[in-house]
Amino acid sequence: MSGFAKPLKIALGIAVIAALIVVPMNFNRYGLFILSQWAVMTIAAMGLNLTLGYAGQVSLAQGAFVGIGAYAAAIMTTHGWPLPAAIAAAIVLSFAVGWVLGYPALRVQHHYLAFVTLAFSTLAFLVFRNESWLTGGIYGISNIPRPHIFGIATNKPLPFYYVCLGSLAIVSLAVWWLIRSPWGRAFIALRENPLRAQSLGVDTRRYTLMAFAIGSALGGIAGALYAPLTQYIDPVPFNLSLSLDLLMMVIVGGAGFYFGPFLGAMIAVLLPEWLRFTEGYYLMLYAIAVMLLLIWSPTGILGILDRYMAARRTKAASALRAVAKSRLETAQ
Amino acid sequence: MSNLFDLLVAGLATGAIYALVAVGFTLLWQTSQTINFAQGEFVMLPAFLMLAAMHVGAPFWLAIILGILLSMVLLGLAFKMLLVDPMMRHGVLPLAIATMALAIGIKEAVKQFFSAEASPFPSIVPTGDISVFRHAVSLQSIGVLVVAILAVVGLTTLLNRTSLGHQMQAAAQNPTVARIIGVPVERMILLTFLINAFLVALASLLITPIYLAKFSSGEVLGQAAFIAAIVGGFNQVRGAIAGGLLIGVLDNLAASYVSTQYRAAVPMLVLIIVILFRPQGLLGRAEERTV
Repeated sequence: MSGFAKPLKIALGIAVIAALIVVPMNFNRYGLFILSQWAVMTIAAMGLNLTLGYAGQVSLAQGAFVGIGAYAAAIMTTHGWPLPAAIAAAIVLSFAVGWVLGYPALRVQHHYLAFVTLAFSTLAFLVFRNESWLTGGIYGISNIPRPHIFGIATNKPLPFYYVCLGSLAIVSLAVWWLIRSPWGRAFIALRENPLRAQSLGVDTRRYTLMAFAIGSALGGIAGALYAPLTQYIDPVPFNLSLSLDLLMMVIVGGAGFYFGPFLGAMIAVLLPEWLRFTEGYYLMLYAIAVMLLLIWSPTGILGILDRYMAARRTKAASALRAVAKSRLETAQ
Repeated sequence: MSNLFDLLVAGLATGAIYALVAVGFTLLWQTSQTINFAQGEFVMLPAFLMLAAMHVGAPFWLAIILGILLSMVLLGLAFKMLLVDPMMRHGVLPLAIATMALAIGIKEAVKQFFSAEASPFPSIVPTGDISVFRHAVSLQSIGVLVVAILAVVGLTTLLNRTSLGHQMQAAAQNPTVARIIGVPVERMILLTFLINAFLVALASLLITPIYLAKFSSGEVLGQAAFIAAIVGGFNQVRGAIAGGLLIGVLDNLAASYVSTQYRAAVPMLVLIIVILFRPQGLLGRAEERTV
């Protein structure tokens, strides 16, 4: 997005944030639910974008971490713990499990890694479904309470939407800081050339595990918000297709682009809603749209924008060069 | 003992079907680096094409032929030309994601244009039992095994004994050199897509009478074939066959000896262990690691 002038970018950012705060105020219950879902899925997709887009480790297990976070939050809040404590527990738990899942990534890469994480995803689903003493089994957990934030009850859809939006803001800032820190640079080095990263003294082993653990922890946060959002969870939403959906969000938005997950989640959550007037055809149209987009631009939507900006910059640069050249010639 | 024997036969029968699907899966990977996440849906669709042909009045044998031909056009030719060809140069991951989207598209199309309910499907082998070594074995299991074995033997003969098969292997193993010595690589790749489409249509014909035709039935099947391909060896046809049989038998044994709740976990654990300790698969050859 570096083609814009900086003040313009800041103005655009403020306008988007203001719109996200103000516009939903007169949305109905369902509209707010969908927007809250967008915020939650964006957090999960941002985590996957760190693992996949920045550190280059393919994971098909992000949905399982959303599930882990959701169950942690559901179990704790229904037993009287406050939501922030539950979120903290979800972060610790998914960070730890994500760290362990990162170990296979030290041995195998690319598609093999995708298969290991896919298997993990299915195993997690089986645990959610079968350990009914803990997770309620196929009946799930109902009556998940929504929190009181600074003494304000967030039972109504609008206040809880602000909880989701606020969490998204905090996570976005943290990720923004992370990818600009030395850690973020180490992640990118891991993706671009692991051998050279290692020879430059980057502890690739630790950063691979970190990339998994941090990405998974964000999945856990998303899950911990998902549980009070729907107020009822069962194993079905956390099966393999959620992991595949999240992966699609990251790729469609643009893997390795900061704003990719925001756009990807918007398309995955909102586009089906906009296409609802087509009734039974909306998921089919969504699938076709994703395929067409990927054929056109395998780097996602932001990839198109990126190429356009790059083309404009080269054009501007060559125009400048032409001017300079003609000046030089006249000077001679 | 009798119980174990029954389980083994049933496991081998489902395993043989997994093997067919897994072989197609590895063929696509070898020739075009396509990880087809829609492979399960590819198995689900031909049954519906055959049902549709019967709806418009075709007899069963004609419906089978039409279904297989249509599958080869849709899942072979169209899949390659419209999705794989434009995306191949962009690398493995975007194409894999596109096939995930394709899986959603096929599922939804079947749900919308055919039915969301499970439909019964006629069997090509008569139902009933025959006695083998004083055990009652269902004719269906034997029929499935025979057809699958014939298909696999036919395929391996094609690949290993004919000039066409050698050209296909050359195109898969080293496209550049193959091109130099005059192998029509593009045509060979198209051929593997057609073979894959034929195999999934055959698998569809064999498995649908057992599990009914349903838009969502591809999910489980695709995953089983996927695991079979990896456990056996991602880059070897014989690996995929062994993997298919192994997963089929394990699945059936796990259902009765481990627990019905965790039967699906056994193939997953096998998968994780195999990938961690022998990533090239039980029968695969090691791939050089790309840096």
